[in-house]
Amino acid sequence: MLTKLALGAALLTVAAGHAADHPTAHAHRTTTHVVSQKNKQFVPGEITIGVGDSLSFSNDDVVTHNVFSRSEGFAFNLKLQSPGKVHAVPFTQAGTAEIRCAFHPTMKLRVIVR
Amino acid sequence: MTHHPTDHSMPRVPRDDARARVARRAIATASLFAVGIAAVRTASGAPAGVPRPVRETTFASDVAPGVADFRRPQQIPDAPDNRLTPARVDLGKALFFDPRLSRSGMLSCASCHNPSLGWSDGMSRAVGDSMKTLARRTPTILDLAWASALFWDGRAETLEEQALGPIAATGEMNLPLDSLRARIASIRGYQALFDAAYRGEGVTPKTIARAIASFERTVVSERAPFDRWVAGDRRAISSEASAGFALFAGKANCAKCHSGWRFTDDSFHDIGVPGADSGRVKIIEIPATEFAFKTPTLRGVASRPPYMHNGSEATLESVVELYDRGGRVHRSSLSPEIKPLGLSATEKHAIVAFLRTLDAAPRPVTLPALPR
Repeated sequence: MLTKLALGAALLTVAAGHAADHPTAHAHRTTTHVVSQKNKQFVPGEITIGVGDSLSFSNDDVVTHNVFSRSEGFAFNLKLQSPGKVHAVPFTQAGTAEIRCAFHPTMKLRVIVR
Repeated sequence: MTHHPTDHSMPRVPRDDARARVARRAIATASLFAVGIAAVRTASGAPAGVPRPVRETTFASDVAPGVADFRRPQQIPDAPDNRLTPARVDLGKALFFDPRLSRSGMLSCASCHNPSLGWSDGMSRAVGDSMKTLARRTPTILDLAWASALFWDGRAETLEEQALGPIAATGEMNLPLDSLRARIASIRGYQALFDAAYRGEGVTPKTIARAIASFERTVVSERAPFDRWVAGDRRAISSEASAGFALFAGKANCAKCHSGWRFTDDSFHDIGVPGADSGRVKIIEIPATEFAFKTPTLRGVASRPPYMHNGSEATLESVVELYDRGGRVHRSSLSPEIKPLGLSATEKHAIVAFLRTLDAAPRPVTLPALPR
């Protein structure tokens, strides 16, 4: 939990810092959204976020997961993530990404990036 | 209709009319509500000194937490674009038992998924076209209406996707899909069955697959002694078996993957079975799934030796031994859930005793008269 809060705070601070460097530019505040893995499900199962936002994948489950995506432009593989571990992924372009767990096919997450 | 069960605990095939649809929804809602209520009751318990009323999960919940998670469902789920109807099930049953769906005319789906052998074939590895031995064991098709991934490597997400695979595979039934379509379309007796099942759609690989999937959805395991025990009959299983269940859900770690009433979460893991077959990694190319195969159901498992994707474990005792050792092969891909368990001989015996309580006498299957 503390790790999640610290991570979120760090990411927000970085985003605010960038805005300060370019006072004339229209600052885009990026957000970190938490996605929980619990009972072999992604919670939420669908999420809409802004370009530049991140998803913080938190393993709140009792088994190891392996979050990945094959969606074009969004491919990533978080590899083994044991219970308690948190790993953030930035989403830097618009589109839709389908997220899965390599071990548990019941785990499905749709990310809509606007 | 032979597929309408008489046992009230069996999932019912929904009938094709509006009243039935309303009734179905009511039953489904009531069942979910009942399960929810049972779960709440199981979790809360009663204050000390207050006599506990005898209710459905009282006895079983004394043995292991979360036993309500193993309660059987009330209904067979529908697929989004393949609603279950008696006509579709009847057509699918005919196709499932029809050896004309193979190039040789000798192999039907039922040749390997034999209802008399737990819907498998009792062999370590399947035998296909020209009597060639294949790489993997024939899985059972019991309870697949609830499955979220089909094949040992999970390459199909639905029964509809899965059904045509073995038909077209050269090593299996070896009949290309255009030949399949032509052959079935040429059998006059099938026309009325397809019209009743998929009006106006004709004989196509898609309607063939959807019909087979519809029949498969009705292949459901029977209520076993374990289910009566979960429902509160404390004499339904032996004390050794109930000790085995406590180990299954606890120290032996089995329920991490063999969870829920089907005793599988359909997940994929390398559990340390020796062999060169690399399993799911060939499908999704994620290194962590090297040598990972699907967690099979344990319903009726005692009647379906041998075990593992290649039949390499001959008995339930040797399976328990594999897990107790933390797998027989230690590779970098070995699942973190697999580790030596430190089970005593008594504990191993108890786990096997529990697994036997998942056996139930199969529902008799009436063989279809195939169309001419």
